Amino acid sequence: MMWRMNVHVDADRCQGHGRCYLTAPGLFEADDLGSGRPIGDGAVPVALQHDARLAVANCPERAVSFEGT
Amino acid sequence: MGLHDRVTDWARDFDHTDEGWAADPYPIWDELRSTCPVARSERYGGVWLPTRHEDVVAIAYDTDHFSSRSVVVSKFRAPVEIAPVGTAPPISSDPPFHKQARKVLLPVFSPRAVSALEPSTRAYCEELLEQMRGREVVDAAADYAQHIPVRVIANMLGLPEADADVFRGFVHHVLEGVSLPIEERVAGMLPLFDYLEKHIADHVGNPRDDLISLLLDSEVDGRKLDGFEVARMILLLLIAGIDTTWSAIGASLWHLARTPADRRRLLAEPGLMPVAVEELLRAYAPVTMARLVKEDMDWNGCPMKADDWVLLPFPSANRDPAAFAEADTVVIDREVNRHLAFGVGIHRCVGSHLARMELTVALGAWLAAIPDFELAEPAAVRWSEGQVRGPRILAIRRPALP
Ligand code: HEM
Ligand code: SF4
Repeated sequence: MMWRMNVHVDADRCQGHGRCYLTAPGLFEADDLGSGRPIGDGAVPVALQHDARLAVANCPERAVSFEGT
Repeated sequence: MGLHDRVTDWARDFDHTDEGWAADPYPIWDELRSTCPVARSERYGGVWLPTRHEDVVAIAYDTDHFSSRSVVVSKFRAPVEIAPVGTAPPISSDPPFHKQARKVLLPVFSPRAVSALEPSTRAYCEELLEQMRGREVVDAAADYAQHIPVRVIANMLGLPEADADVFRGFVHHVLEGVSLPIEERVAGMLPLFDYLEKHIADHVGNPRDDLISLLLDSEVDGRKLDGFEVARMILLLLIAGIDTTWSAIGASLWHLARTPADRRRLLAEPGLMPVAVEELLRAYAPVTMARLVKEDMDWNGCPMKADDWVLLPFPSANRDPAAFAEADTVVIDREVNRHLAFGVGIHRCVGSHLARMELTVALGAWLAAIPDFELAEPAAVRWSEGQVRGPRILAIRRPALP
């Protein structure tokens, strides 16, 4: 089976620190209020796996997580 | 200088405006964290001081038991009836009102809105550096750092830059005059209200493309903000935006002056700057906030009483070894850094994207103009007292130009 990983932002926890889209600009973007959201469906290309892990580890609200499939 | 007795027992009789705290609070927090973790003082009518990352986060999240209706510790507590709006929304607000007041500001301070201000901020930093040209010793706090946030916020609001001293004097009064009697504290705020009233009235008559006009056009609770409410929000932006950013820029330059290796690394790898800025914010976080206990309760073994103050020392949380490896060392390329410099939870600093931009631009422009520098007189460096900590006198020497 192919290994797949998606990033997810819990909108209820997110307070818009912006650490996710600063740390991993290839995976997250800001909305008009500065909250973080995954770009597209949040699928993480192999080359951005390190960035994805850093985004999870740097969110002060622990709002960023992985959703494995 | 604080109007109080010097502190000798930090666990039972601390005072966050003490000179010892201003000069070097880190050993005090380290000691408390590993022995006491939550200190208590009878000063200011009763204050608690949690020092661990875990406890600071738990209290910041717990808006059911802790109110934001006063966030600067003094002998004066805003009355309970003023909640959940408070004197300076959204920082003084509790749920459910808080969210609406915050929403007014979020778009204005979004990353996109802020990046539009970057070129003018850079030009201004370069102008300040140009004015310091040819001088071997400059004061990085007074000649450089303090001017940047004032100019940026005055421009955003649409207030004359020439009035910078008026804003700064006022902010100083609010943040450092906490031991003054309440009459004096209030009296010190009136001139700025008068000043703002005049400018707001002018904006009502002649709306323009700036933040004051935008605030006058904003709605909270389904109705437009009135002039007084707009004035309060402007006061908040001045208080929350000026000394804080000034402190962060100054403390970062203080660190770089003492750490040639980090300076060289940033010059050689400008791409490292965003990571370095987060680390400098972690290690020298300038802002400690406060809450008021809502009702008598036992909090993790601490007998808290209604109206007790609780300080939220984000800078101490940021040095907790339980949350950060090598917590007391600046690791300039630290990649995993869940720091709390901008707070945590619903009151996360609205200005954080702006502050981060100002800090990044200010450090980059400085390093480009003055790549090599040191403290001219380490013993003469002075740090501000109270809940916002940063260098206020910071003499820097650079090698004489050939
Ligand atoms: C390095 C600079 C700064 C630092 C370290 C900082 C830190 C903080 C912290 C820790 C809080 C949380 C307050 C709490 O939990 O009660 C906060 C709130 C706030 N800050 Fe900042 N701040 C900075 C710059 C700014 C700037 C430039 C502005 C705007 C011009 C600003 C506007 C605000 C506002 C409006 C709030 C209240 C947010 C709310 O209650 O929802 N700050 N800041
Ligand atoms: S880092 Fe966390 S809180 Fe910040 S924008 Fe991203 S998800 Fe939201």
